Amino acid sequence: MTAGSHDVLIVGGGGAGLRAAIAVAETNPDLKVAVVSKVYPMRSHTVSAEGGAAGVVGSDDSLDEHAYDTVSGSDWLCDQDAVEAFVAEAPRELLQLEHWGCPWSREPDGRIAVRPFGGMKKLRTWFAADKTGFHMLHTLFQTSLKYQDVKRYDEWFVTKLLVHDGRVQGVVALELMSGRIEAITAKAVILCTGGGGRVFPFTTNAVIKTGDGMSLAYNAGAALKDMEFVQYHPTGLPFTGILITEAARAEGGWLLNKDGYRYLQDYDLGIPEPKPVLRSMELGPRDRLSQAFVHEQEKGNTIETSYGQVVHLDVRHLGAELIDRKLPFVRELCLSYERIDPVHELIPVRPVVHYMMGGVHTDIDGATPLDGLYAAGEVACVSINGANRLGSNSLPELLVFGARAGRAAAEYASTAPDPAPAVLGQARDERRRLEQELLHATDGSESISGLRTELQATMEASAGIYRSGDSLVKGADTVRELRERFRSVALQDHSRTFNTELVAALELGNLLDVAEAILQSAEQRQESRGAHQRTDFPARDDENFLAHSLACREPDGSCRVDYLPVTITRWPPGERVYGR
Amino acid sequence: MANTIVLQVARYRPEVETEPVMQDYDVPLRDDWSILDGLNHVKDQLDGTLSYRWSCRMGICGSCGMTVNGEPKLTCATFLTDYAPGPVRVEPLQNFPVIRDLVVELGDFMRKLPQVNPWLVREEELPVSHGEYLQTPDEVDEYKQFSMCINCMLCYAACPVYGLDPEFMGPAAIALAQRYNLDSRDQGSPERLEVMIEPEGLWGCTFVGECTRVCPKDVDPAGAIQRYKLTAATTTLKRLVFPRGAR
Repeated sequence: MTAGSHDVLIVGGGGAGLRAAIAVAETNPDLKVAVVSKVYPMRSHTVSAEGGAAGVVGSDDSLDEHAYDTVSGSDWLCDQDAVEAFVAEAPRELLQLEHWGCPWSREPDGRIAVRPFGGMKKLRTWFAADKTGFHMLHTLFQTSLKYQDVKRYDEWFVTKLLVHDGRVQGVVALELMSGRIEAITAKAVILCTGGGGRVFPFTTNAVIKTGDGMSLAYNAGAALKDMEFVQYHPTGLPFTGILITEAARAEGGWLLNKDGYRYLQDYDLGIPEPKPVLRSMELGPRDRLSQAFVHEQEKGNTIETSYGQVVHLDVRHLGAELIDRKLPFVRELCLSYERIDPVHELIPVRPVVHYMMGGVHTDIDGATPLDGLYAAGEVACVSINGANRLGSNSLPELLVFGARAGRAAAEYASTAPDPAPAVLGQARDERRRLEQELLHATDGSESISGLRTELQATMEASAGIYRSGDSLVKGADTVRELRERFRSVALQDHSRTFNTELVAALELGNLLDVAEAILQSAEQRQESRGAHQRTDFPARDDENFLAHSLACREPDGSCRVDYLPVTITRWPPGERVYGR
Repeated sequence: MANTIVLQVARYRPEVETEPVMQDYDVPLRDDWSILDGLNHVKDQLDGTLSYRWSCRMGICGSCGMTVNGEPKLTCATFLTDYAPGPVRVEPLQNFPVIRDLVVELGDFMRKLPQVNPWLVREEELPVSHGEYLQTPDEVDEYKQFSMCINCMLCYAACPVYGLDPEFMGPAAIALAQRYNLDSRDQGSPERLEVMIEPEGLWGCTFVGECTRVCPKDVDPAGAIQRYKLTAATTTLKRLVFPRGAR
């Protein structure tokens, strides 16, 4: 009936999940800890992160400056106590990774090298060429193997959180290889499932990023915070949406419109200099750069391609030697997927959905208000990112808060009671639901890919870089219809063995939940802040909206949005100034 | 150029077929479509029952390795036009048990990986407050190539030794051991050597070099293994000559 029983169960084996697992093992070696993940850990999306990880290291830098950059980058929607803890612990976590073997790029004298990054006033972004996430993930995974008591459930898909007596006490999960559906009980559960970029049609995110943890929490009664804030990264490759790292601009790349003009100078982002200037032009924050693209497009200054409008990223002047040393993956990706060589040619790019600032509402230790439930990494919203995350803050975030959530969950689990037998009844019900509604259902009329495509198109049209009350209401209506139609989805595949169509159906259900939370939260936030730009409310409104949105699922299935004041410690709301 | 191409895909559903059968699908032949795009077209438009793994679609997560016209390939980084006019045969990676369709069982590799101690070993672990272990760019370059492995399993699929002897540790695991051995911060090579001098370790490799040829990330496992053998031979010899340790 149960596949296993643990003290702490971590859902997701990416950077946050593995860091949390190690933290639990180190906090209390007597605890039984397990990681359940729908993919093998080294397949997790952390692997795709490219540019770097921010942590103050230079003698000319300070924690306060990193905090201020993060706060202003967030358009003052982050919680400043969380940011202060984050910037203080980030360098230690990055050093810990160094001690675990991460191949950070180095200065000639052997010290850690740092590079500039968007919205950062100092050089503080650690990097491993431009495969930082890949190296961090493999270092964490390989190091986690040293902790042999960390049990793994690889390729198990979690479908439900088991909640009894107001406490989360485990999950129900589907083992892909066998098709068995079992309870995995635990005294504490940490969600580390990453984001949900696949709710949009054009995204840098891997296909596995379907908001699973957000949906699990939402359906268990936990709140989703600040879901209206979706980050568009300014430089994705057309068609594939593959990310071209911000490091390309940090190393000196330029964004050019169809006339070869560095158009960012027209958007209050500074004046163009040949060399990169911190917090200026191409090193402005992502929200502002993606918004500038939309205006260039409206002015007719972009370049038309068979995959939509683009601008150009020019790194030719950096030369082959620098590109091969510091941006080898950029060159590899351009050669493979665009058949161009950035050493000699311009890279076509357009804004692409990249990151969810919002997520499961947690406190500074990763704890949700639901007893026994924790969250860390992109799935969570602490929040250090507010209305716009700065590039290179997400990798240290998953380390700092993965470790914090691991320690907090370990402490909680050390004294929490054993899971109640009653949860096994819930698991039986869940198994029956999955079998009856999906696996054995033969009379459906809707296709998974059809619904998913419609959902993604709806999100882009209604909740893109610019939104309006009208577009959001219309989008929410469409998503409600799609949810109805989802009830009659048809599976062609009724096999128990590695049924990826069943997984796709479950993921589509999760995407629908995430979409609903985004649209409702966006509709109710009648102001413009960071990545949330309302054409009908173009100004920031601190009087009414210096607050986190909290989206909760009501018993009737609808979405209710409440607000929670932002925590301000030392930086009162001000103007975001870049390039001047 | 024809505007479609035929994918001949190996199907195996243990509840349905007793052995794999090939099934043909017509997919659009588009300039920028990878083999994976073709499979996704099948899955979304033609046949929802086809099972395969994929995730990042940018050649870094290592999920989508398959056999394409007889060669192990990352299907997200292999393009349909390179096989025009087709047909393109897509089968699961060789040398692994097949779970279903194009999905193979990786348990053997996942069990081998921890055996090579793929983590940094220190006689004395300095506290993090001590700061970073210094490592010059040249010292990083010593092991960097071997740290680029994405565990895609193409090298195991190509390795004739692994094909004959599943006990063989295999290219990626040995290259990973060597990645840590060559890291100036690491002091764990003696323990790793104990594993590697077992019959199923280093010496199993007969230097066919297929692993290096098929590696999509230029890791050069064959080179790692050859270099490792040299170290192993020297160390073994030293142990014979100086049983109490060389001075």
